Amino acid sequence: MSAPSHAPETTEPVDSEPGASASGRSDADNRSLRQIAWQRLRRDKVAMVSGLVVVLLILAAIFAPFLVKLFGHPPTQFHQDLIDPSRRVPYLDPENPDAGIDRWGGISSDHLLGVEPTTGRDLFSRILYGAQISLLVAFLATLVCVALGTLLGIIAGYMGGWVDTVISRAMDIFLAFPLMLFAIALVGVIPDGVFGLTGNGLRIGVIVFIIGFFNWPYIARIVRGQTLALREREFVEAAKSLGASNRHILFKEILPNLVTPIIVYSTLLIPTNILFEAALSFLGVGINPPTPSWGKMLSEAVPFYQTAPYFIIFPGLAIFITVLAFNLFGDGLRDAFDPRTSD
Amino acid sequence: MKRTLGFVALGAAASLFLSACGGAATGGGSDSADSFDLGSTEVVNASDKAGGTLKYALAADFDSTDPANTYYAFNWNFSRYYARTLLAFNTEPGDNATDLIPDMAVDLPEPNDDFTEWTVKIQEGLKYEDGTAITAQDIKYGIARANFNGGVFTEGPQYFKAHLDQDDHNVYDNGDDPLAGFDSIETPDDHTLVFHLKDSFSEFPNVLTQPQTAPVPIEADREALYQENVLSSGPYKFDGQYEPGVKLNLERNEHWDSDTDPVRQALPDRIEVEIGVSQDEIDERLLSGEIDVDLAGTGVGPAMNARLLDDESAQGNLDNPFSGALRYVNIHLPIIEDVACRQAIMYAADRDSMWRAWGGATGGDLATSLLPPAIPGSNTDSDLYPSADNKGDLDKAQEKLDECGESDGFKTNIAVRTEREKDVQTAEALQQSLARVGIDVEIKSFPSGDFFGQYAGSQDYVRENNIGLSVSGWGPDWPTGYGFASKITHGDAIMATGNFNTSELDDPEINGLWDDALKTEDPDERAELYTQIDTLVMENAAILPVVFDKTLIYRSDELTNAYYHPAYMMYDFMALGVDRG
Repeated sequence: MSAPSHAPETTEPVDSEPGASASGRSDADNRSLRQIAWQRLRRDKVAMVSGLVVVLLILAAIFAPFLVKLFGHPPTQFHQDLIDPSRRVPYLDPENPDAGIDRWGGISSDHLLGVEPTTGRDLFSRILYGAQISLLVAFLATLVCVALGTLLGIIAGYMGGWVDTVISRAMDIFLAFPLMLFAIALVGVIPDGVFGLTGNGLRIGVIVFIIGFFNWPYIARIVRGQTLALREREFVEAAKSLGASNRHILFKEILPNLVTPIIVYSTLLIPTNILFEAALSFLGVGINPPTPSWGKMLSEAVPFYQTAPYFIIFPGLAIFITVLAFNLFGDGLRDAFDPRTSD
Repeated sequence: MKRTLGFVALGAAASLFLSACGGAATGGGSDSADSFDLGSTEVVNASDKAGGTLKYALAADFDSTDPANTYYAFNWNFSRYYARTLLAFNTEPGDNATDLIPDMAVDLPEPNDDFTEWTVKIQEGLKYEDGTAITAQDIKYGIARANFNGGVFTEGPQYFKAHLDQDDHNVYDNGDDPLAGFDSIETPDDHTLVFHLKDSFSEFPNVLTQPQTAPVPIEADREALYQENVLSSGPYKFDGQYEPGVKLNLERNEHWDSDTDPVRQALPDRIEVEIGVSQDEIDERLLSGEIDVDLAGTGVGPAMNARLLDDESAQGNLDNPFSGALRYVNIHLPIIEDVACRQAIMYAADRDSMWRAWGGATGGDLATSLLPPAIPGSNTDSDLYPSADNKGDLDKAQEKLDECGESDGFKTNIAVRTEREKDVQTAEALQQSLARVGIDVEIKSFPSGDFFGQYAGSQDYVRENNIGLSVSGWGPDWPTGYGFASKITHGDAIMATGNFNTSELDDPEINGLWDDALKTEDPDERAELYTQIDTLVMENAAILPVVFDKTLIYRSDELTNAYYHPAYMMYDFMALGVDRG
């Protein structure tokens, strides 16, 4: 996706963004849009911080097993000796049960974010492992959206005519789908073992498929619009007159110019998908237990909102920070790439 | 009664069953704490003060207000306000509460020698709300329409249909006389009923406590619409404003005579039910005194549960009785065929951990046997698979694994209902504890509405997907060993789908004992047989008991005569009154 534009030098569509050249500063003329965007991004503190958070989150998810080994306990290991069996929340002092319960969940050097009610599982490691599921589902689903959306959007925009009509109507239909209800129903009825997938592999597959298959029109609409504009440009005409095939024009001439908006909108789609996965897990149609998932942790926390508020706060914060970071970073990217934004 | 647990579908009712559990009132030294759980063993706020309006609220809905068509325990209890039954349960707390007493009947029914024929007489002078006389023929018709109706009613139990010596019949498609050819119940005169059964059924009188024995005159029957305005035989009648799913109000029936009725105190002047109120709202309004009783009888919701147990001042208003149910894990015989492998699971299971999943002491009693404590013949002290602190005996488990040729353990799957938090945590706890001996369990969660229809209760699904375990729960239809456990352990109860004998236990010795019990007159002898069955089921390792669960009920100060009745597993609604001070 980050490959430089293949557009012929003479037509220079990427470098000829009106905003960039109209600024008229001499040093700007020799920079590509991407260089300009990077400079702008670097000056945008909010985007940089949120970008850093995104990178840290991804690293944390990838290295969750390592981090948990260092700082926590296996995410499915019970620690019921820390829990008051009746009230189901952690003791203030496990050695002395009469001392009552700890509203802050037994946070200690041993359990950095405390432990879950009832089971006493380490919250720190469950939140880290929860990040794996959340990000994995969100990235895979976004990938499916982008692949489908780009392909169909570019075809619709370039071909026009009845092809455009059919694809555009399909987009309308897909956007009108009651996605959440559909997802709940589908996860419930798909039998174990289809497509050679079982258990969590299947659940993740189904969720990714649902999100990807029904959210592609958001990308497709943007790609189609950009393609409509691009196909009238000189470099496309030039390629045509040289006898390039449609395929060449679509994927070698037009697509490289779409990379920027696609990256920007994917970044904005990821948090939406994180929230969708969390909502599904909250409603009990996400990942199978005991695999941790942020949405599921939230729904389990509801009965304890008074006696163990930390249990809502930590997974809630995890979702909040992740979604906010991706959104702010996406906004920053968009602004940086937008030629209308002034320096 | 079956549906306290919602074994079947009814997803909307799920919140009802997320029943109680949470902390103990340990160490509470305040005055109010002295009355913690008092309603479980005695009458609290005893009073004969009449008048006032008793207010109920219900989170889900009635399956039907028609006595013919209901299977919820709360409604078997509640419908007695307007529908009298042939027999009833004793009206006092404690061990004798499950004894049978006559309601409309004059006395308990008389069987013949082999318990295939039962004769019962009803009182003279009983009247409906319109002043007309209640006859034996009306009771016969009520039973006939509830069981032989061509599928008009789908909710109620089918004990009469299963046991009456009756060819196929449909009261709604039988020419001019709906009862022509319906000879399994005879009415030699207006006040005598003779039941002819096709098999020995010593516990038949228990069936006569069910709401299906309420009288219904043929002319009053409006089939499925009859529930809109049931013709009352009890102390209260519908006020004519019943809105299904919204509200049901009852007012006094002037034609009811308290002298004929040993069961109902009928203290309030008016009964009001709000339907479809969320559990959280019901709990809040119970505390604020806006409503008096949660009609579902399954205790406060999980959020209020956690809050109440943490509130010292509330302890005196809490009752913590048994829900009547056993929570357990089925060990599926067709999947885990070798009994030693199943026993390895029994030994390896960390029962303490699973008990904690249910909320410890206030969540229930740790169970090591099949029959719940309130049931005659229960033997809750027996434990065939003992271990220190109930943490599991891993050495024994390994021995058993060696015995069944799976020394390194094996892989299987456990099915749970997604919406049931505690079921899921039970499975997680079991997963952790079985992993200690190499038994690798994967948790599969399914929607509770289809759990028995399509997943854990479907023989095909279980076999195709290697479902070796499933988390379940069961309450009695009536408080005896047969009324509790026959449906989950008798080989004849195994079904292709909707299978509640989910472990598919089909043991000739156990089946034989069940059949013997139905030919045994003396309840004590029957209880001994049930104890034997309990032990055999444990030896077969078909059921891994987890807890005899308890509910946490908030008892309003304005409620009078509140006591827990073990037959309904909630307060005896017929005794309740209000005293607003």
